[in-house]
Amino acid sequence: MSLVSFEGVTLELGGRTILSDVGFDIEPGEFVGLLGPNGAGKTTLLRAILGLVRPRAGRILVDGRDAARGQRAVGYMPQVRGSADLRWTGWDFVASAAGGHRWGLPRLDAAGKAEVAWALDTVGATALARRPLGELSGGERQRLLLSQALLGRPRLLLLDEPLISLDPAHQRGVVELVARLGRELGLGVLFSAHELNPLMGAIDRVLYVGRGRAVLGTVDAVITGPVLSRLYGSPIEVVRTGRRIFVMAGDTEVEGEAHRHDHHGHAEHHHAGL
Amino acid sequence: MLAYDFMRTAFVASGVVAILSGLVGYFLVLRNQTFAGHALAHVGFTGATGAILVGIAPLWGLVGFTLAAGLAMGALGEKLSARDVAIGMTLSLALGFGLLFLHFYTAFATQATALLFGNVLGVDREALWSLVTLSLLSLAVLAVVSRPLLFASLQPELAEARGVPVRLVSVAFLGIVAVAVSESSQIVGVLLVFTLMVGPAAAARNLSPRFGVGVALSAALALGEAWGGVTLAWFTDWPVSFWITALSATVYGFSFAPYGLGVLKARARRAGGGLSAAP
Ligand SMILES: Nc1ncnc2c1ncn2[C@@H]1O[C@H](COP(=O)(O)OP(=O)(O)O)[C@@H](O)[C@H]1O
Ligand SMILES: [Mg+2]
Repeated sequence: MSLVSFEGVTLELGGRTILSDVGFDIEPGEFVGLLGPNGAGKTTLLRAILGLVRPRAGRILVDGRDAARGQRAVGYMPQVRGSADLRWTGWDFVASAAGGHRWGLPRLDAAGKAEVAWALDTVGATALARRPLGELSGGERQRLLLSQALLGRPRLLLLDEPLISLDPAHQRGVVELVARLGRELGLGVLFSAHELNPLMGAIDRVLYVGRGRAVLGTVDAVITGPVLSRLYGSPIEVVRTGRRIFVMAGDTEVEGEAHRHDHHGHAEHHHAGL
Repeated sequence: MLAYDFMRTAFVASGVVAILSGLVGYFLVLRNQTFAGHALAHVGFTGATGAILVGIAPLWGLVGFTLAAGLAMGALGEKLSARDVAIGMTLSLALGFGLLFLHFYTAFATQATALLFGNVLGVDREALWSLVTLSLLSLAVLAVVSRPLLFASLQPELAEARGVPVRLVSVAFLGIVAVAVSESSQIVGVLLVFTLMVGPAAAARNLSPRFGVGVALSAALALGEAWGGVTLAWFTDWPVSFWITALSATVYGFSFAPYGLGVLKARARRAGGGLSAAP
């Protein structure tokens, strides 16, 4: 049985069609990169898997059941990462999500504490978690957020742009960490990004979205001129140099360069938040 | 001073209200919703004056109006936050109507002062029971929602995905805020609600980064400030509300001290240069 399956799914937001008649299947334990230009619908697609956006048409199955909010099988790291007092310790921050959906006083029992300790240990953030959030680098905070997504032992991780605002070395670190978690815990991962290269070598397949469509396949099958030209709606050329791939529209690179300015805007935003 | 019935009532009333305000205020500050507290107090003024006009206790007018407004704010959610001007105009209009209602009422001046600046020494037995009952109810609801409320305050998107009914939690919280505002208005008046609801909570957040400690500290500070205010008023004959605002501002000011000390220490460490930064 597939971990996530889309059958003829159409997603709308405020009357605008974001994805139309999309179908694909993600298998358990698979690491899938979710790519596409800004505004293509990556976040919307992830929110639909979480049951936060209802499909206009079609069906979304997660672990064999209709997508619905509050599924224990799914761990999520949102793109908008909320705000916390930067003097809070990493532990308190991560713990606020443990059992946070249950009514009552925000106190953790022994089992809850053990769960938080496990999640922190799994991403190697046990020592980090003793320090205030304000003292941590972007990459270190990213690790805390990742451990938060592991609470409840999901079978599927949905990570929305975890690489944003990180420098290339830290980007690589996050991708490797996620790949290791996927292997060791047998997790399916759907990892959104707007650049392919940091994910190269780690992902099993890519899910590319653009102009209301989505194509799932291996990098070699999807990252090609004809497929991307259809998704971008303009002629696209794919240039490979060694292990790196450049997606070009005419003379400009559509991934990467075109978004670099954007990175700075996001960087400030995300540092201010967390 | 405890020999007098009205003083005993004042201590109990201000104590109960302070604890509720301190606890609710902590979440209000955490959620950056202090403006909501302010707004509800304005609306409450209209409710209270309207109640006086039709001849029922002002507290019920306050509770009715702030509760309705609080629930509406919670239900509209983000749609409201982008509309400062509309909200500001509505609030001014609310105060204006309050003034009109007072105008029709003959005992204008004393009632107006009591509503605007509070009158804890004038709380009677019946009002005391209402305050205690409402406080207990609000605290019970807060206890039930506090965990998802904290989660949703820190990470609304994640909380929503995990199945927290974020909208319901935020509506329930604003309902509690409305009750706390109404109660605070009885003690310090609609204009000074900030002093009990936001002052102690903001100071507590400065003093401790830990959630549990901060919440307890916020309630304790509010209680200390309220009782301190009543006591000082007894000895000086100055208004209770003045003393509460003075204490609240003082505590808030001093709450920056640990931070200032930390900065100084860090500077000294850096000036020492090369020394290990062991704590
Ligand atoms: N609430 C909304 N109502 C209408 N359109 C929206 C809403 N939220 C996002 N959109 C639009 O939906 C499209 C897809 O957004 P999103 O899923 O965030 O894209 P991505 O994550 O790929 O950058 C964008 O064009 C965006 O402007
Ligand atoms: Mg997005």
